[in-house]
Amino acid sequence: MKNFTYVRAGSAQEARTASALAGSMILAGGTTLLDLAKCGVAEPDTVVDITHLAGLDRIEVDGTGASIGSLARMSAVADHPAMQDAFPAVTQSLALAASAQIRNMATIGGNLLQRTRCPYFRDAAVFPACNKRSPGSGCSALGGVTRNHAVLGTSDACIATYPGDLAVALVAFDAVVHLGSRATPVDDFFLLPGNHPDREHAMDRGEIITSVTIPLSAAARRSVYLKIRDRQSYEFAAASAAVGLELEEDGRTVRDVRIALGGVATKPWRVRAVEAALIGKVLEPELVRQASLLSMQGAADHGANHYKIDLAPRVITRAVLQLGGLA
Amino acid sequence: MTFITPKAKHGDASDGNLGGRLSRLDGPAKITGSATYAAEHQIDGLVYAVTVQSTIAAGVVTSVDASAAEASPGVLLVLTPDNIMPLKSATTWAGTPGPEGPFLALPRIVSFNGQHIAAVVAETLEQATAAAALIRVTYEEKAHVYGLDDPKAGEGVPIDRMTMSRGDAVKALAEAPVRIEQEYRTPREYNVAIEPHGIIARWEADSLTLWEPSQWIDGMARSYAEWFDIPFENVRMISPYIGGGFGSKALSLPHGAVAAIAARMLGKPVKLVVTRPQTFTAYGGRPATRQTLALGATREGKLLSIVQHGVNETSMLGVAVEPLGSVTAIMYAVPNFSSRQNIIPLNTVTPGALRAPGENPSAFGIESAIDELAYEVGIDPLQIRLLNYAEEDPQAKIPWSTRRLREAFAAGAEAFGWSKRSPAPRSMREGKQLIGWGVAAGTYPVRRTPGEALVRILADGTAEVASSSIDMGQGTYTILAQTAAEVLGIPVEQVRVKLGDSALPRAPVAGGSQLANLMTGAVHKAAHAARDELIGLALNHPGSPFLDQQTNTLTIADGVISTPRSEQPAISIADFMRVIGQEKVEALRDTLPEDKKNTQDRYNNFTTMMAMKPPTEGGYSLHSWCAHFVEVRVDEDFGTVRVSRMVSALDSGRLYNPKLAESQWRGGIIMGIGQALLEEGVVDPRYARVINNNLGDYLVATNADIPDLQVISVGVPDHHASVLGGKAVGELPIVGVAPAIANAVFHATGKRIRDLPITLDKLL
Repeated sequence: MKNFTYVRAGSAQEARTASALAGSMILAGGTTLLDLAKCGVAEPDTVVDITHLAGLDRIEVDGTGASIGSLARMSAVADHPAMQDAFPAVTQSLALAASAQIRNMATIGGNLLQRTRCPYFRDAAVFPACNKRSPGSGCSALGGVTRNHAVLGTSDACIATYPGDLAVALVAFDAVVHLGSRATPVDDFFLLPGNHPDREHAMDRGEIITSVTIPLSAAARRSVYLKIRDRQSYEFAAASAAVGLELEEDGRTVRDVRIALGGVATKPWRVRAVEAALIGKVLEPELVRQASLLSMQGAADHGANHYKIDLAPRVITRAVLQLGGLA
Repeated sequence: MTFITPKAKHGDASDGNLGGRLSRLDGPAKITGSATYAAEHQIDGLVYAVTVQSTIAAGVVTSVDASAAEASPGVLLVLTPDNIMPLKSATTWAGTPGPEGPFLALPRIVSFNGQHIAAVVAETLEQATAAAALIRVTYEEKAHVYGLDDPKAGEGVPIDRMTMSRGDAVKALAEAPVRIEQEYRTPREYNVAIEPHGIIARWEADSLTLWEPSQWIDGMARSYAEWFDIPFENVRMISPYIGGGFGSKALSLPHGAVAAIAARMLGKPVKLVVTRPQTFTAYGGRPATRQTLALGATREGKLLSIVQHGVNETSMLGVAVEPLGSVTAIMYAVPNFSSRQNIIPLNTVTPGALRAPGENPSAFGIESAIDELAYEVGIDPLQIRLLNYAEEDPQAKIPWSTRRLREAFAAGAEAFGWSKRSPAPRSMREGKQLIGWGVAAGTYPVRRTPGEALVRILADGTAEVASSSIDMGQGTYTILAQTAAEVLGIPVEQVRVKLGDSALPRAPVAGGSQLANLMTGAVHKAAHAARDELIGLALNHPGSPFLDQQTNTLTIADGVISTPRSEQPAISIADFMRVIGQEKVEALRDTLPEDKKNTQDRYNNFTTMMAMKPPTEGGYSLHSWCAHFVEVRVDEDFGTVRVSRMVSALDSGRLYNPKLAESQWRGGIIMGIGQALLEEGVVDPRYARVINNNLGDYLVATNADIPDLQVISVGVPDHHASVLGGKAVGELPIVGVAPAIANAVFHATGKRIRDLPITLDKLL
């Protein structure tokens, strides 16, 4: 870890100004920043501390939706009764992420901005080639050990998996990321790697996340976050699905369904093709199984991660059937 | 130096006696943070060292540009292959001479990725870390061998001492009506102690003091003494607490040499703690193994022959053997058996010991294979084990001292409800969860090395026990206090135990599950000697109230000396010591044989493993035994395996403290669950580097992965095994867990997983 200047921002505006300078980074919960600094990936010249800024940790839920301040702790949102009631997939995605210690420190804004767990990204001394860390240097993961790498949204420049859980639930329920004066749908906030995997978010230097809003919906209220992994705690998803379901009065026909995948793609992955295949249909297992296969349209594996292509549709199927009372 | 004093009794009559369920005496210090670990010692004038590790797996360091690091703030010294002080080669743990030539802690030749090749010492840890990142190394890279599956790995080198045979195994196999042959594999695994490896080294003239976590104070002190060519007595090693070792903290390692060299060159005490990623190459964990096992049997499931061939990886530098035939040879009454083993050198750090080295992967092979045979011949997996039960050691052909494995099977099966098992695979389920029940046995030998202890009765009636043996959480402090209290007849809270300091009486390695037996034996002997001397004084001292009593012995109980047949006179030890004006009564005793008490034999006994007796020496075959019963739930869509229930019955002989032994058993079982389902050092073949070198990516079991673990003791005192009747405890419980889980997974799914860990992708 190299020396840096510590700046304690007095206001959100001060934070924006300070973080606009090249080489500066925002400190919120610090769980990602400290980790990346220790492994030499983050080498900020200036750290802009925003942890004490007032009003950015509010959690508000009303008849239209939820507004979550960017400094709200993961554990605070996960444990919020009104959030649990209105957005079970969201609170479950938080409760199943990281460890209790990390959830108590990490913030919602920082959670969205967490970097990939790709081992080639995290070890600059041994793997100098990483387009995400050092644009144009190449990709060490290609040809390497890829069991945890993405099968969707990859490019020749990068196959790193987006590791988070929360964003998967947010993408499913059309959440919006607020960057002070402007806002962007969370699905657009995360960028595909393309030729510029170093650029991960539709966010400019000097912008900070101020809040996330999630519109209320019947699908969100009847939702689940299903996370599959080898270890039962403190592990990233092999595959996960955030699913919300709204049925017609008959209790069988799909009026609305929202599905997003985690652990398999380079960004939180909404699968609208699966949703379209289910809306208006009577829910039954074979239909769901077939529809869920559409989630892997365009998937490409790199050998050891092939299992994700088999696994992810099964996760969708289970989650949908569970919500529909069929599993 | 650490004193551990029991604080309070728990109202349990057995608290103070050997065999009582006393809580760990070091517990409060650890819970409150007052237990000082090696790297936490506050030493005046301390400076900090950080190592730089190689980023290639094979080649030569052609140059090291340290100019930027040397110019960096606070930097005092940069060590590289160009200026590292050559040390003398040290005797190996086996007592054989070390490699020829000097020992280079930062060698120019790179033989694995992650090898220490440079070090920076600075005023602060942060300065050293920052400067270390500025070191530029140029290599001449050479081709490497990344693992057992590397085409360049070859067949390896046969290890003749691993060759075992009886009968004609190949012929008997060929003639057997039923044959199965399979390959079983275990990956590279790491000890991942929560306390990382680290050291503080301080020189005063030609004397070296080391604060370093150690499972073997005297063995490691010898290495430092020989490296620096100073008398053994000039090395003081201090290790009162160890934050987990599991085999990885028994030997001196290159980073320790670097710290001691830097301290000598600078004339300042130096602290060096390797980072978590660095620990994955600063020591060697369990090597990857591969074994083929062929079993021949009758149609009824009676074993006729076992043919085994195993390999394990080792480094380019050293011979590490993970004995894959150790359980295979003795578990079953099979008349024909052959086993041989090769080691395959490749570009890795030299593998080391990890809980039950040998027995652990050996049991994964044979306990999986016997399960496969059970299905092949259509009998219950528990029945086939009883059908082939070995009534004596089938390899040494001598009786077992005790083998309560039949009792373990019975007790475990009863508690688990094994009789309700539905035999066919995939025949038990709950919704999407396929349920499987599996069983496997385990064993670990009783290893024996003589020990030494000092027991001292003080003027205030309390007592001290002193030994350079260690407590890494297994309970040495506690059971030695219990041993001394029982013999001396004083309350356990009046015994202080001092451990983990080379200035104290000597002890051999805390490894091979031998320490509890050998140290209770030594303390028992020394305490008896001290008690006898105290009683002798009471009978003979002119000032003693017992002088005119018509008795030739006395009783001591609850700290009071009295005659065996009358209430009076009675006097507390403290009062007696005051009356006769005695400061202390002490006895230093060892359990060395009479012909091994000379200086050189004593030295070798405690600083090498030369004196460790094989389990078959003395006419009996000495082993601990266990049986694990496991229920798993496998999600049929996702392939995720959860251990939902587990019962283990274990024969470790007599338990000196059942609470602590049960805790060790549970710890080993938990480690076994992690090994079965999660743990694997993932190597990138292109770089021969372990890429999951941190606790986020190298997965050990979490609390959420562990169900309630029922452990049942079926042991009885075994006085062939040890003076006080105990057998091996610490390494036993992990043996057999992984095959029990693999067998349960097969029962649940019909899929046989023969390579660990059993991850979900293997079951999809």
